[in-house]
Amino acid sequence: MSNASRKKLLLMGRSGSGKSSMRSIIFSNYSAFDTRRLGATIDVEHSHLRFLGNMSLNLWDCGGQDVFMDNYFTQQNSHIFKMCEVLIYVFDVESKEVLKDIEIFQKTLANLAKFSKNCKIFILLHKMDLVQLDKREELFTIMMKTLINQSLKYGFQIKGFPTSIWDESLYKAWSSIVCSLIPNMEHFEKNLLKFNDIIEAEEIILFEKTTFLVISHFSSAQEHNLLTGAGASDLDPKRFEKISNIIKTYKQSVSKLRTHFQSLVLHGSFSSIFIDVLTDNMYIMIVLPNKSLESAVRDKDEELLILDNIKRARKWFEKIEGGK
Amino acid sequence: MDSHTILTPKNNKANILLMGLRRGGKSSICKVVFHNMQPLDTLYLESTSKPTTEKFHSLIDLSVMELPGQLNYFEPSYDSAKIFSQVGALVYVIDSQDEYLNALTNLSMIIEYAYKINPLIHIEVLIHKIDGLSEDYRLDTQRDIMQRTGDELLDLGLEGVQVSFYLTSIFDHSIYEAFSRIIQKLVPELPSLENMLDNLVQYSRLEKVFLFDVNSKIYVATDSSPVDIQTYEVCAEFIDITIDLDSLYENGDQARPAIKDEVKCISTLQNGVTLYLRQMIRGLALVALVRVDNEGDVYGGDKIEDEENGNYYQSCRDKNLQQSLAIIDHNVNVFKQGLEKVWEHSRIRS
Repeated sequence: MSNASRKKLLLMGRSGSGKSSMRSIIFSNYSAFDTRRLGATIDVEHSHLRFLGNMSLNLWDCGGQDVFMDNYFTQQNSHIFKMCEVLIYVFDVESKEVLKDIEIFQKTLANLAKFSKNCKIFILLHKMDLVQLDKREELFTIMMKTLINQSLKYGFQIKGFPTSIWDESLYKAWSSIVCSLIPNMEHFEKNLLKFNDIIEAEEIILFEKTTFLVISHFSSAQEHNLLTGAGASDLDPKRFEKISNIIKTYKQSVSKLRTHFQSLVLHGSFSSIFIDVLTDNMYIMIVLPNKSLESAVRDKDEELLILDNIKRARKWFEKIEGGK
Repeated sequence: MDSHTILTPKNNKANILLMGLRRGGKSSICKVVFHNMQPLDTLYLESTSKPTTEKFHSLIDLSVMELPGQLNYFEPSYDSAKIFSQVGALVYVIDSQDEYLNALTNLSMIIEYAYKINPLIHIEVLIHKIDGLSEDYRLDTQRDIMQRTGDELLDLGLEGVQVSFYLTSIFDHSIYEAFSRIIQKLVPELPSLENMLDNLVQYSRLEKVFLFDVNSKIYVATDSSPVDIQTYEVCAEFIDITIDLDSLYENGDQARPAIKDEVKCISTLQNGVTLYLRQMIRGLALVALVRVDNEGDVYGGDKIEDEENGNYYQSCRDKNLQQSLAIIDHNVNVFKQGLEKVWEHSRIRS
């Protein structure tokens, strides 16, 4: 188990494209402001991250200056590109030498095709906040078209995301990257579905504890729409990333009191929200609709019921995490 | 009862006058505190050319009037006498990163003039933009400015004037803290509010409680224990988080009635501290810090046998928490009723 769950992630891209900033925000609790202090990465910076308990991510943050880059493709190529599971390649949208960027990307692909054929590839078009709102989509499609063509030559399927450290798009991208690495995903989903049968929530979301990336979610509105064939639900489609962002801010602010966040119960104007620890590595968030106006008494009972249900569910999810 | 309400019986608004030399940061302060603008975005604000007045409806109806810096208030065409007679507080902004001798001369001239017209005016000085100064230098600057202002006022024969000084910056919470203090001086019901909050703290085992204005994150009242800036920051951010989370699941579904004025949020932290938020009347929210200890003796020491030792403390704490939350809920309800009464009373009087 231990060996199979070590995943090697390469984080590459040309210098100044924002690779280390991303890593610091997602895994080291930096705020977008703090990343200004980061300097250039020299050669390769390794970091070991434990994710969901038994999964350990080996993140290789590769410095992007041309000297280092040339080195990766020539002398160190077997060292860098061997046994690689995921490549995250970052493009700076503001870059002036787009052709050179793509050329280096091609070299990377060629090396990967040689050393690890089954590698998953993710493209992040970064610093999107510097592009005008109405131009973003167009730019993204053009860029992705070129890149998909390039990578097909080497037999790779790629997936792209527009990102920026100043909004929640970064969480969306990393959530899907990390989710692609979780082996027992279908178990989580199945159990989440079962759990929902019991508590009849509007939405349930599972988060990873340290990064607060979304692992899995279930929403009854979505289910309903599938049955009736209606369009997308009228809830905010970006809500998962926003929640990740909000809770991370909260975790940071709580650290001023030298402690950690444990649970939150919100009886809001539209719905009741429960966030609690589920296992050692996961948080759960449950959203219940507000049914009636005079629900103060019922609320109290319901709250206890939900909290108790979460406690019971813990056992099951701990089992899945154990890898059974 | 506060004095300025007697002075201007027709105008029951608490008026704040924001003054200072040009480029001192007055508009930025307004935008950041009352419009939730990001501090960095204030770089792009244009220079203010006309006096602007903004109104805010919170516990008190507040209006902030901002005067452009480059104006000469002593021109006869300008009705400064009328303006000064109507305000409760004069806030003067000094740029601490700039040469401030000019500002100090200007300040003492304004104080002299304002004091003649309205001797009950509160004079507040913001030593602003301190984020650019190093720690040691901040206090030196403050001492220097206080000294010079005192001397100037002495020369003008105004030694009885009370001037308060605040070190502020829009990049941290110090500006909110300063504005909270300034606005608290203008709330005539403040002593009774503080008394009510003290009672609440005493009977509910709270550690600290704030009464916040939700939009501006200014606290209109707090209990009498000293304010710790970190606690304040956490509580202010807690409001943001509650509002953000709540608004995420706001959908256009009309069939489901929205329960207004009843937002409540409780969050427990690992060291036994619990944050408690309840929405009050008129855009106010009560935020409290509760510390629950994990002593088991509330239940007469009857240990639950089937729990493991590690879980034992946790479950005790859970039970204690549930119990004290019930007490707090009840007490906060009583407090809310009291607040409504105070508010109604003050409306009748004015």
